Amino acid sequence: MVTFQFIPYGEVEYLSSAKRINRLLNIVKENKIVLMEGRLKKQEEADLIEITMEEINSKFRGIELSVIYPDNKHDGMKKVKTHVMNALLGDRRGMTIIGPANVVRKIEQNPDKIELFTRDSKKRRR
Amino acid sequence: MVSVWKKLMNKFLRNLFKRKSHVKLGLYGPPNGGKSTLANKICEDWLGESMSSVSHIAHETREIVIKEQISIKNKKGKELSFSLVDTPGIATRIDYEDFIKRGMKNTMAKKRAKEATKGVIDSIKWLDTMEAVVVVLDSTQDPYSQVNITIMGNLVARDIPVLIAANKVDLKRSNMDRIKAAFPQYNVVGISAKYGKNVDEFYEELFKVVK
Repeated sequence: MVTFQFIPYGEVEYLSSAKRINRLLNIVKENKIVLMEGRLKKQEEADLIEITMEEINSKFRGIELSVIYPDNKHDGMKKVKTHVMNALLGDRRGMTIIGPANVVRKIEQNPDKIELFTRDSKKRRR
Repeated sequence: MVSVWKKLMNKFLRNLFKRKSHVKLGLYGPPNGGKSTLANKICEDWLGESMSSVSHIAHETREIVIKEQISIKNKKGKELSFSLVDTPGIATRIDYEDFIKRGMKNTMAKKRAKEATKGVIDSIKWLDTMEAVVVVLDSTQDPYSQVNITIMGNLVARDIPVLIAANKVDLKRSNMDRIKAAFPQYNVVGISAKYGKNVDEFYEELFKVVK
């Protein structure tokens, strides 16, 4: 059985980067797949990889990570509107998927779809 | 505010080095993309010696390797001088059992896995010190991996000039178009570091990126 845990943006919005990463990683270490609304900052993604490496042992072998993010090809007013919305409400667009490596074999990402392959079943699709 | 300050500092440092016409050039990418093979090719071409050991088993490079003072010349006779930094491949998972499957003994596999995790941490930490980066990707593999996207995103955030070397173009499964489509805003040059294919074009592109 595979368990998915949804994390709404509001749940991690006001956490510091370190706390946000730890919150996500602690769930993943319980062998659950995290579906987080929005995405981490670029530096936080790098920090997530770094902290994951520090935590690797014989039981925890790392993570599989994928982010879907809408193409930001707006121009003019739409772009300004997006920036204002992001500044006021935070960047809630997109979805971050983090799974434990011992459960998720790989996540294949084509620009607009994600395929998640688990270890215990041959193929699972989202 | 911090990121703006960081960007300004990076720009200042890069301009400082630009005047000296000597930069710190990093080779980044996922494991087994051919970073060390490319590092060796560059060093063999311009110094007459190799730099790193290579292997078909992932995470062969587990420590940062630096070769100081490499000077290359382009067709116009212009010179570019840099320190070449070969970094361990960046990955989100390291499983010692993968090394056992490749024929390693249990103790060696665990040791390699431990060293590899440290290598990934070092690679990420060293990002801040780079003045230009060549991202080496295996052109037979899916370029849309989150590791690739995270590396590119972090280089952009640090305002570091990037050249993508799509390696292993000698292989049948190589797909340059997919890499170009995945990263349309970057210079992509297809090479075979192992057989030296297109490396002259790679050096020319390097001059464009590291002005």
